[in-house]
Amino acid sequence: MNEKLPGYKGEALRILESLGAETGDFIRIEKEGRVYEGILMPRSELGDDKHIVIKIKSGYNIGVRITSDMKIEKKGSGAKPSFTPPPPPKQRPDLPRVVIISTGGTIASRVDYRTGAVRPAISASDLYSIVPELSDIALIDTEILFSAFSEDLTPKHWTKIAERVAEHIRRGAQGVVITHGTDTMGYTAAALSFALQNLPVPVVLVGAQRSEDRPSSDAAENLIGAVQCAANAPFAEVVVAMHQTISDEAIAIHRGTKVRKLHTSRRDAFKTVNAELFARILDKKIIMLTDDFNLRRNDRSLVLKSRFEEKVALIKFYPGMNPKIIDWHVEEGYKGIILEGTGLGHVRRECFSSIRKAIKNGVIVAMTSQCIWGRVNMNVYANGRELLSIGVIPLGDMLAETALVKLMWVLGQTENLEEARDLLTKNIAHEFSSRTVEPVEPPETVSV
Amino acid sequence: MKINYEKLGLKVGLECHQQLNTKEKLFCSCKPELFKGEPKITFLRRLRPTQSELGQIDPAAYFEFKKGVKILYEADPQTSCLVEMDEEPPHDLNREALDITLTAALMMNAKPVDEVHVMRKVVIDGSNTTGFQRTCVVALGGEIQVDGKKIPIEHISLEEDAARKTGEDGFIVRYRIDRLCIPLIEVTTAPVIHSPKEAEKVALMIGRILRATGKVKRGLGTIRQDLNISIRGGALIEVKGVQELELISRVIELEVQRQLALIQISEELKARGVTENQIKDKMIDVTPIFKDTKCRVLRKAIKKKKHVMAIKLPGFSGLLGRELIPGLRLGTEMADRARFWGRVGGILHTDELPKYGVSREEMNRLMEILEAEPQDAVVIVADAKENCIDALRAITERAREAVKGVPEETRAANPDGTTRYMRPRPGAARMYPETDIPPIPITDEHIRRLRKNLPELPEQRIKRLIKEYGINKKLASQLQDSEYGDLFERIVKETSVSPTLVAATLTETFKSLKREGVNIEKLGDDQIIEIFKLISAGKTSKEALPEIVKWLSEHESANPIDAVEALGLSMLPKDKVQRIIREIISRNRELVVEKGGRAFGFLMGLIMKKYRGKVNAEEVSKMLREELSKISS
Repeated sequence: MNEKLPGYKGEALRILESLGAETGDFIRIEKEGRVYEGILMPRSELGDDKHIVIKIKSGYNIGVRITSDMKIEKKGSGAKPSFTPPPPPKQRPDLPRVVIISTGGTIASRVDYRTGAVRPAISASDLYSIVPELSDIALIDTEILFSAFSEDLTPKHWTKIAERVAEHIRRGAQGVVITHGTDTMGYTAAALSFALQNLPVPVVLVGAQRSEDRPSSDAAENLIGAVQCAANAPFAEVVVAMHQTISDEAIAIHRGTKVRKLHTSRRDAFKTVNAELFARILDKKIIMLTDDFNLRRNDRSLVLKSRFEEKVALIKFYPGMNPKIIDWHVEEGYKGIILEGTGLGHVRRECFSSIRKAIKNGVIVAMTSQCIWGRVNMNVYANGRELLSIGVIPLGDMLAETALVKLMWVLGQTENLEEARDLLTKNIAHEFSSRTVEPVEPPETVSV
Repeated sequence: MKINYEKLGLKVGLECHQQLNTKEKLFCSCKPELFKGEPKITFLRRLRPTQSELGQIDPAAYFEFKKGVKILYEADPQTSCLVEMDEEPPHDLNREALDITLTAALMMNAKPVDEVHVMRKVVIDGSNTTGFQRTCVVALGGEIQVDGKKIPIEHISLEEDAARKTGEDGFIVRYRIDRLCIPLIEVTTAPVIHSPKEAEKVALMIGRILRATGKVKRGLGTIRQDLNISIRGGALIEVKGVQELELISRVIELEVQRQLALIQISEELKARGVTENQIKDKMIDVTPIFKDTKCRVLRKAIKKKKHVMAIKLPGFSGLLGRELIPGLRLGTEMADRARFWGRVGGILHTDELPKYGVSREEMNRLMEILEAEPQDAVVIVADAKENCIDALRAITERAREAVKGVPEETRAANPDGTTRYMRPRPGAARMYPETDIPPIPITDEHIRRLRKNLPELPEQRIKRLIKEYGINKKLASQLQDSEYGDLFERIVKETSVSPTLVAATLTETFKSLKREGVNIEKLGDDQIIEIFKLISAGKTSKEALPEIVKWLSEHESANPIDAVEALGLSMLPKDKVQRIIREIISRNRELVVEKGGRAFGFLMGLIMKKYRGKVNAEEVSKMLREELSKISS
């Protein structure tokens, strides 16, 4: 791909290259007795190679089809966008110091209305100029760690993030905010919950469900909430800060081990599962919704345990599942398997011998439920009891994704099976809760 | 006074918007309908002005945001889904809407683009939940003929309609999102229109062509015209939301008058030696002057611990009270600005004082404290201090503009043809691609297919209506200009009522009912057809029709037969009519004996007066003649 002609391929690319054109240039196309003039625009990845996209005078984009008899010329070079952000608001050294680590889910950005390109704004001064409210909350440092879609992140990235967070905390940050793509933010939150132990300050993951270039984006409100949390919250735990409802009103603070993305697109996609919501920010006030949390204490020293074993799988059982899937993982040298069973924690009997074989081979096999809500209980039905007798470890009300991350972490800490089993079932970061109560959710609608 | 618009350099461009009558909305599968009653879903949002690479932010939008304006959206699950709530990406562009737009474009000889690209046009007043309107240009460079003059059509676009504002309550603005995402065609003319009447004719012609597609919505609120109006020495003013065709020329006339008056004020100010620099933002808290005022508004404000603040406008005496157009003074324009920027209720100024309970003494004190001379004007506002400051700042800004001439503005049309300040004109169109929707190629084959099936043009149709149904030219043209052309043909095909009666009802009768305030829009096509079926079947009379329509407009979605029954407009059976006629004759026997057949007119009048709507006049006349002939013979 030609970087000066993003999205163009085949015939269109050849023609534009022969003109020496790049996006932003002023182009004139004449065909069938009509003249089209405008600024050359990038092409969508989904577009074919038969059209050239220009922005006409009114600001609209149109695609002009390439024909053999058309005349095309470059009339002028485009002015390069030069943006000088307005002077950042005065920084207040009396405010808590918060570090924002960016992993790819850009939280603030600018649109180049000339070419339609969206450019992330990540330097502290850029951020301040776009979300000026931040300067009243904290003194901010920024670090770009990765620029990745969250589905491209791996346990190695979790390790890296944990190390950078630890470093910033050691250097005196009063809180750390991590901007993250939302798709796998729950996994990273769980990973950091285990990797960063004895935290002295809050670590807040934050993302956006609407892209940041649009006026209705939830990014700024979420970011303001996250920074508020990092700067002032009374707790020292790993949490996720996102919209609590579809309104721009309350920001929900979820515990890192208990949070799951439960909707593809809504602003309130993230929900706390099998626990009460941890905290909420409303009208700039942080309201704790539980008494059971680790207090912020600056004199506590962080313990970093950032190794993860990648040979752990999460297998979702489905009717008729071929047990060979389990066998394959054992043959491939997997050390742990989290099963996402049905209901209270079941898989078909056909799988039993493969599971037995796996456990015999030293693979840790543990059970969660694909119901998402509720806890497994393998004593109720015969199949459950038999799985228990084979040696499958029931994981209570732990989320399947948290269980996967935890087993990766456990096997990253110890190779001793006995120790690993103990660690897996021990409540380390509130991943288990012993009571499930009827959730009291605020009403969906707002009244004013 | 006859104004020579050509000489004034009047230039008008039209943007005609019309809702399309599609099965679904533009980017989702919701019904394109409005809901009534209380919303089942509400949610609160803020829209944050995004910054462009050029660092531009719409100043008005940013101001609103900073003040903490929030938008309360109202929705109903019947007419909105997560897409309109901005909780789900848009679905594919509605192909039915695209085809209607392409058809209209071909009828205006415009060239469809080879590939349609949906854009995001940033609009952050809350009318779009996303903060932008999705819009795409579908065709370029067409033309229409109006009175032999070619009017170039610059763009034909397809866009989503905006949410409708339902109220404002302090810092909460309410919008209802049922209308959001209803497909809208936009036809933009070049600014080549040089008189108010011409603008109306152009709009009429565009409307005719759009209606000829047979796929546009009708009724109040489905058509909106934006007018770009300028005169030499004035400014480009965009007037938004003219809903009635008949209002277009009035709006333009008044806007020209307004600009001329503002130019004159500017000249007068200059003659008085007033410069922009003399107008200072020096605001003075004058609350103490009005401590014991008899002015109710001020007394109430002070009681609520609000402030009264004032500012001097040097050399403006007499000009604030000067009428620009009927009902609109320079003072009104300042009040509009003060309301917009300062959210105050209104202003008071010395050109209108002493009045409203403000005494001469208070006024003199005011002039004294502001160090104002007789040639100066003083404006006061009463509200929370920061609102007062914003309001007075907006007023001095408007005063400085008055020195310069006519300020560029976006104005909204009032139902009487006057306009009011809406917001400053937005900067350069800020559009960027809607990346959630892939580009849509328009193939030559597809265009060929649409071209083959183009609906007839308005003139062709008028000719056909005359020929096919035997109605006169006036009725045929009226039908074409009304929204009922298609319905007319359906009624004539489905009933045996005479085409002329149907046409006259749909045009003249409906028009006069509308003038009486009857809400014809409430009637659906099927109801109207049913009325004619009842007439056709002899179950009611054509004379009863206006009453039935009136009743139905007040009883939504009721059955026409219910109207007939409720109004007692059923036709009387023949034997009953016979009896009535005989009774009348016997009661007027003397007259009949005396005048014989010549008594017919009088008797006919008596019967119809009493039984109009319940009897068929032709039948009565026939029967009456028979009875009379029996007597005289």
